[in-house]
Amino acid sequence: MARVGVFICHCGENIGRTVDCAAVAAEAGKMSGVAVAVDYKYMCSDPGQAMIRSAIAEHKLTGVVVAACSPRMHEVTFRRAAAQAGLNPYLLEMANLREHCSWVHEDRAAATAKAVDLVRVMVEKVKRNRALLPVRVPIEPTAMVVGGGIAGIQAALDIAAGGRKVILVEKSPSIGGHMARLSETFPTLDCSQCILTPRMVEAATHPNITLMTYSEVAAVEGFVGNFQVTVRRKARYVDVAKCTGCGDCSTKCPQKKIPNEFDANLGTRTAIYTPFPQAVPNKPVIDAEHCIRLTKGKCGLCAKVCTRGAVNFEDKDELVQVKVGAIVLATGFELWDHSAYGEYGGGRLKDVIDGFAFERLASASGPTSGRIQRPSDQAEPKTVVFIQCCGSRDEKMGKAYCSKICCMYTAKHAMLYRHKVHDGRAVVFYMDIRAAGKGYEEFVRRAIEADGAEYVRGRVSRVYRRADGKLIVRGADTLAGKPVTIEADMVVLADAVVPRAGSEKLAQMLGVPYDGDGFYSEAHPKLRPVETAAAGVFLAGACQAPKDIPDSVAQASAAASKVLGLLSRDELEREPIIARVNSQTCVHCRACINACPYRAIEDAALPARAGAPAAQVARVNEGLCQGCGTCAALCRSHSIDLDGFTDEQVFAEIATLE
Amino acid sequence: MKTIGYYPGCSLHGGGRELDMSLREVCRLAGVELREVDDWNCCGATAAHNLSHELAVALPCRNLALAEQQGITELLAPCAACFSRLKGTNVRLARSAELAGRMREVTGRDYRGTVKVLNLNEFVSRLLADGLAAKLISPLALKVAAYYGCLLSRGQDIVEGQDAENPDGMEAALRAAGCEVVDWNFATECCGGGFSMSLTPAVTDLSGAIMRDARACGAEAIVTACPMCHSNLDMRQKGMGGDFQGAGRMPVLYLTEVLGLAAGLEPKALGLNLHFTDAMSAASARHAQPVEGSR
Amino acid sequence: MSQTRTSQLASYVSRHTGVNVAECYQCGKCTAGCPMAAYMDMSPNQVMRLVQIGDEAATEALLASEAIWACAGCLTCTQRCPRQLDPAAVMDCLREMSCKQGKASKAARKIVAFHKAFLKSVESGGRMNEFPLVRNYKLASRDFFSDVALAPAMVVRGKLHLKSQRVRDKAEIRRIFAACREARR
Repeated sequence: MARVGVFICHCGENIGRTVDCAAVAAEAGKMSGVAVAVDYKYMCSDPGQAMIRSAIAEHKLTGVVVAACSPRMHEVTFRRAAAQAGLNPYLLEMANLREHCSWVHEDRAAATAKAVDLVRVMVEKVKRNRALLPVRVPIEPTAMVVGGGIAGIQAALDIAAGGRKVILVEKSPSIGGHMARLSETFPTLDCSQCILTPRMVEAATHPNITLMTYSEVAAVEGFVGNFQVTVRRKARYVDVAKCTGCGDCSTKCPQKKIPNEFDANLGTRTAIYTPFPQAVPNKPVIDAEHCIRLTKGKCGLCAKVCTRGAVNFEDKDELVQVKVGAIVLATGFELWDHSAYGEYGGGRLKDVIDGFAFERLASASGPTSGRIQRPSDQAEPKTVVFIQCCGSRDEKMGKAYCSKICCMYTAKHAMLYRHKVHDGRAVVFYMDIRAAGKGYEEFVRRAIEADGAEYVRGRVSRVYRRADGKLIVRGADTLAGKPVTIEADMVVLADAVVPRAGSEKLAQMLGVPYDGDGFYSEAHPKLRPVETAAAGVFLAGACQAPKDIPDSVAQASAAASKVLGLLSRDELEREPIIARVNSQTCVHCRACINACPYRAIEDAALPARAGAPAAQVARVNEGLCQGCGTCAALCRSHSIDLDGFTDEQVFAEIATLE
Repeated sequence: MKTIGYYPGCSLHGGGRELDMSLREVCRLAGVELREVDDWNCCGATAAHNLSHELAVALPCRNLALAEQQGITELLAPCAACFSRLKGTNVRLARSAELAGRMREVTGRDYRGTVKVLNLNEFVSRLLADGLAAKLISPLALKVAAYYGCLLSRGQDIVEGQDAENPDGMEAALRAAGCEVVDWNFATECCGGGFSMSLTPAVTDLSGAIMRDARACGAEAIVTACPMCHSNLDMRQKGMGGDFQGAGRMPVLYLTEVLGLAAGLEPKALGLNLHFTDAMSAASARHAQPVEGSR
Repeated sequence: MSQTRTSQLASYVSRHTGVNVAECYQCGKCTAGCPMAAYMDMSPNQVMRLVQIGDEAATEALLASEAIWACAGCLTCTQRCPRQLDPAAVMDCLREMSCKQGKASKAARKIVAFHKAFLKSVESGGRMNEFPLVRNYKLASRDFFSDVALAPAMVVRGKLHLKSQRVRDKAEIRRIFAACREARR
């Protein structure tokens, strides 16, 4: 015999002003199966919850309907209250009298009638609710961080400090990411490598961190707490155990003219190389595409010169399987290729460079030892034009967003240039200055007021190279209302920040959504910035959206805290609103398996009495199922039902309204 | 013999005579008959769209209706402005049923949008595809700057198949004619357009800058496909300054004149003697002996 | 659903050109690339700004400006606008308003005179003929002495015909001109 308690909330004036709560309670009291029906001003408050708990005990309630706000607000709150009173939390449902009623209607009489209907529907449902127990899955207490830039390093260090093991996977031969390429960082003008390398070394030596450099994620199976990741360790052709990092091999390598990606192709490197002097691990790799021995079978000088016999031309890629419980994506960003920008030279003008190229020019360990020299003829440029918003805030180029960091690094570039070339002229063309961080506004003003950077408000229409070699920049000063032409020696474009190439493939492997610009989507734009729609997969750094180093570090620590929270338990408790397949009626048409957006349904063998498989059916993985109901809706043999939203419950709700 | 509809426009019968002459010569060579639209009117050019947007559509619309009525399916408009107005009218009428209805009222004609409009570069590309290169037996060894101007590079709805910042519609033809096409910066810069009389200093400034860059980048001649540009660069060259006087003058050739010269045709038949800035000397850049065989 | 509040002028421009000037964020790229900016009393981005403001004072300033008449319609602004707007079309619309309301700047007298002379020549015979064009232009602009030497040079080259070319159905052309004069939406 059902004994349902109905609790109508006024929600202050939110519901009470439009719905006559007392009348609804009175009507509810008359409904079949309702043992008690009351109304109160604030059900979610302490006294309100106490009211529910004592009613459960006093009236020996078998189910509860709280008619109040949206379940997205307080369902968890009220279910906890029910559990405290000894009632299975899944025997409590909410009727939404606020977002679905009082907030969208004005007519009191009609709204009240609707509220009564909403309560009646929920009462009918609750009468058919079954007690459900949370699903428990074991958790592998290891995390994986994909991406070894500052965000990945920070996340790994925090997780390791929290006592959990971390595998840090990095695509390039060394960790460090873009921060290792910078000359100085804003707003303090700290030497970038000086503040980064201690962290890199810490990550390499921490007992809880395993570095897998020159490696990529090849495949991911499994679910939260239980991921099976296949990592491809690319062939280094160098045995890191034997190698001491002495560097003799690179010195002797005859292939010296390979464009150096680390130096934005401004400098060259050898085929056997370490990306930069402070690399971690400080062991070289061989670039198989350009190595004479590997492509043509000749040379092999590095192996001859190596006193430790560490060079191994027979090395092969290796696929390694690891089990992890949580994954943090920290794959970072790159700069947009401005060859699409025809009016700025279409990538054909050598002295029109991007921000990273400028960093390498300015860096003491760069191809010009920190002297500002232009790529075409190594001459010191006396006039440098910096163009902000190249590709960003530009629908025509396909990117409407702001890349966030360019105003700051352009100011920094202008300052560094003026520090190094005292008689040089730095002209910055901008649309707006976005300097919202701590000390940022002051930094930009310093560039203008103390360091003599000339800021002109207006976009540049065209850059071309005049026959005499000068770069002609046609810009505008919108504040003065006229065009401005500068004869420059070098132009630095603040190219848009875009996600790394290959990031989409990784997201698809993991079931992580990404937006139209390729940035990974966070679970909620305001309140869940480091989680994704894929349980157990978290985000850190610029792969989620353009951001600077402080924000990347903060987000990395936040992701680490989520990981530690997840891995702090032996078992994972999940909401039991999951689908169940009736294996007796399932015909294994696999429609549900193909349709499930979370890949949560698998093929399973039904054993016959003797143990040999009798049939194949579909089975829902309780760890992955998100309870969306897609499978239940399309199962043609009606073999799937959704706990908490069974066919019986839903049809009863509908029937109540007829 | 192939036929194509022909809309000369006012300038080809006036200031742009050489374009008409050289075009006819090249068509004769290529075996293409030009079928002039009977009783065509002025397209309205710059003046109409500056003063009345309805007139700016109605005037071209009458021409398109006439062409359609006369059984013309493809219409060559060699003047860049006429091309822009005619093709632009097709685009605007297709986009707005309201405008199409209004134009039926204003013109008293029911144009159904079936006439396809081609510009000079598109037409020449087609001639090349149909084997014109084989007839260019007397290559013109000139270093030329290919100048597109505004209306043959910009207006993405109207100019199709060209990168507005880096157009190349003339390149294949110029190479086929034996020219060396220089890399230069002012291929799409405005020459001053219709301000020839009403704001002449703007034309001498803008056109002068174009000529200077062409010369600095190594060009011996400028090639254009627009009669307005031609007039500004050719007729107004005297006002551009000392570096474009006397021996410093640079010939301004039409694309069809270049092709005609490369085909071994007589310069006067192409109209080269009618330029304001000497162009006849450009003809001597031809190889003395004709080159045997096809390209 | 909320709608942007636009000024009266902005609404008019939007109706006639399809350009929503609210989308202009005043980046100045149009000004930066404009070949005629040196001849304008206000820059192209300022023209767009005044359309955004679009009150009486702004409208008067625009219709009386030199800027709209110095525009060559070269489409550089439209081609490069990062918001994919069409400042050239806005200029056309403002020119039409300026001329029809008789507010064109005195400084642009010659330019307006040239356009009018061109159309007058077309209206009378269906085609533009250089001789009547130049004659009407010089009378209207009172610029009698420029380019005088050019005339015989043009005649000699067959580029300036003393006899005008005409369309057969002149009445149809005149009807078209008359019909366009009526519409003032």
